Amino acid sequence: MVNKLTPLQLDAIREVGNIGAAHAATVLSQLLNRKVSMTVPQVNILPLAEACDFVGGPEEPMVGIYLRVFGGAPSKILYLFPEDKALFLAGLLIDEPEKCRNLLGEMEISALKEIGNILTGAYVYAFSTFTGINMLSSVPALAFDMVGAILNTILADLGEMGDYAVLIETKLMACDSSIDGHFFLIPDPGALTTILDALGVKR
Amino acid sequence: MSNSIRVGMSEIAVSKSPDLLVTLGLGSCVGVCIYDFYIKIGGMAHIMLPDSSTTNEVTNNGKFADTAIPALVSQMEEKGSLKSRMVVKIAGGAQMFSFAGMNNKMLIGPRNVTAVEDSLNALGLRISGKSVGGNLGRSIFMDLSSGVVKVRMLNSPDIIL
Repeated sequence: MVNKLTPLQLDAIREVGNIGAAHAATVLSQLLNRKVSMTVPQVNILPLAEACDFVGGPEEPMVGIYLRVFGGAPSKILYLFPEDKALFLAGLLIDEPEKCRNLLGEMEISALKEIGNILTGAYVYAFSTFTGINMLSSVPALAFDMVGAILNTILADLGEMGDYAVLIETKLMACDSSIDGHFFLIPDPGALTTILDALGVKR
Repeated sequence: MSNSIRVGMSEIAVSKSPDLLVTLGLGSCVGVCIYDFYIKIGGMAHIMLPDSSTTNEVTNNGKFADTAIPALVSQMEEKGSLKSRMVVKIAGGAQMFSFAGMNNKMLIGPRNVTAVEDSLNALGLRISGKSVGGNLGRSIFMDLSSGVVKVRMLNSPDIIL
């Protein structure tokens, strides 16, 4: 059902993803007072059996910050950062970098969740202004584990509706490579149709 | 030559000694490993969801506990295995994320484990080893020459089932 999109539809989704991610990157850059660049979003439509594979290896340890988006186009949002980059990020926000070098403590987790919150706020605001779809995000949750296990958990409930996952992926990085993360918007089955409709590229 | 066979989300695989069945990065999903020590064949299912009755159309048996387990057992029986010789081990079903105000429906890991146990019970199969729940993801390695199942977690020692 969602496994085929026309080039026009892919472009439209990429564009709206781009606008959202650009806002998020701007906010991140202001928050950290560093230059942050991003890639053009990639739209990946993958069978569930393969969806957990494509971010490094499935056993790669990563910090995942996960939020649900409610409203007109229910979706999931996921940020993935390698452990050292996540600690560095948390350190910048807490402003005591030397204190969070080795462990993901309560303070670091809280800081990272807040980053997830702020970035998602910017993304969702831009996305919903552009499409006119009402969207609201949940509080963030965080896990530090194998990236396969994180994706596996998030994608599991997509299985109820279909066999494919749509992942709109943007990479965010600082020019000095101190930050390097993946950002995913994962529309629930059905939400993609709503988004395409709103963009005027109805299937 | 032994092959290493990857079992992805919602997939079922059956093979024979000396192959290795592998699932990397299980979160809330549950890996079910069944081994027949007599003819040294084994199978693995990577189950995503507890119950197929919530969906209109089951496109893939491997996704749901109540459809994947009978499918796995019958695939093994086709290869000459007998239920009476099957040894069952399960791993996974972690609760990776917790939200404030979470409801029961969101606890997919523990629900998967319960559903897997129920489906195995219904077929008269007993679980001889398990590593389930908690909040850590798991990788499973099932050696079909011995039936040994190794469970790997991040920053903790391997568990042998």
